[in-house]
Amino acid sequence: MAAEGGLTTSGYIIHHLTNLTFGHLPEGFHRHHADGAVEVVGQGGTWTIAHGNEAASMGFWAINLDSMLFSVGLGLVFIWLFRKAALKATSGVPGGLQNFVESIVEFVDENVKSSFHSRNAFIAPLALTVFVWIFLMNLMDLIPVDWVPFLAQQLGVPYLKIVPSTDVNVTMGMSLSVFALILYYSISVKGIGEFIGELTLQPLGKYMIPANLFLEGVNLLAKPVSLGLRLFGNMYAGEMIFILIALLPFWVQWVLSVPWAIFHILIITLQAFIFMVLTIVYMSMAHESH
Amino acid sequence: MEAALLYIAGALIMGLGATGAAIGIGILGGKFLEGGARQPELIPMLRTQFFIVMGLVDAIPMIGVGIGMYIMFVVAAGA
Repeated sequence: MAAEGGLTTSGYIIHHLTNLTFGHLPEGFHRHHADGAVEVVGQGGTWTIAHGNEAASMGFWAINLDSMLFSVGLGLVFIWLFRKAALKATSGVPGGLQNFVESIVEFVDENVKSSFHSRNAFIAPLALTVFVWIFLMNLMDLIPVDWVPFLAQQLGVPYLKIVPSTDVNVTMGMSLSVFALILYYSISVKGIGEFIGELTLQPLGKYMIPANLFLEGVNLLAKPVSLGLRLFGNMYAGEMIFILIALLPFWVQWVLSVPWAIFHILIITLQAFIFMVLTIVYMSMAHESH
Repeated sequence: MEAALLYIAGALIMGLGATGAAIGIGILGGKFLEGGARQPELIPMLRTQFFIVMGLVDAIPMIGVGIGMYIMFVVAAGA
């Protein structure tokens, strides 16, 4: 709170939950500046960074710069670290990094082997990427909430949300990618006829096709929605509680935020693990015919 | 009046979510211990499955807590 000066409590929270959005404002849009001045966007609209709730008027082509920066950056960290371990891998005495990477790869491999029984060389790397990437994105939650945004504000960046998985666009993007893979493998492994048959001929038999289609359709569409919103909701709620703790007087902050952070270590790992397990299970369901 | 209703809504979200999850995780933990007592050699496998299901059950009240606190401290404070 001290860092922000004269802001209200809810203003502080909303500021922390706003992404740095870049997008196109339409022609004739009224921009309200902090000093009370009103600027009308000229002909053809303008490409700019959103202030306040302007992001809602930007339409489809708005992009959250901070989410993209941190998620792609963390993806590159993951690739760099694992590649470094792979290049230096030795069959002799392994170093610390090699042990660490090997234990993660073996852990993911065991999980894939226990729930995926078809042959597909793509699933284990996919599971490893999903697990480590989501874990790294969730890990940003443990960085103190005011630290990076405050530094960015001193450098002139108005908003910064450093946890990409508290952005619903990122989590739904990942779950929709998994959904696309479900559809792709369902059609390419089982064939389009059997996939449609699976959607229409169970569970009530061939004379109840509309009811079957409704039940199976809900079942299919619930997968990406629940997958994405579960991760988003957990991370958003966790971040929210960190922000609320940061509003308290400084002498109680440690008492509350340290236990919550320790509990959060469990949650971030568990959510990354669940996303991975469900991805494997969905892939396995897409491969197995009845 | 409106702010009071918002606080009650937030409290209901958190309380009912916690009730459901408490019952669910209670049953889950009990069954886990039963299974472990019956077949101790299965404990590592059961523990993995236990954590998967616990994460699934735990997600909804966690989300509820987040939304409840958002309602209480942002929406109600701003209303």
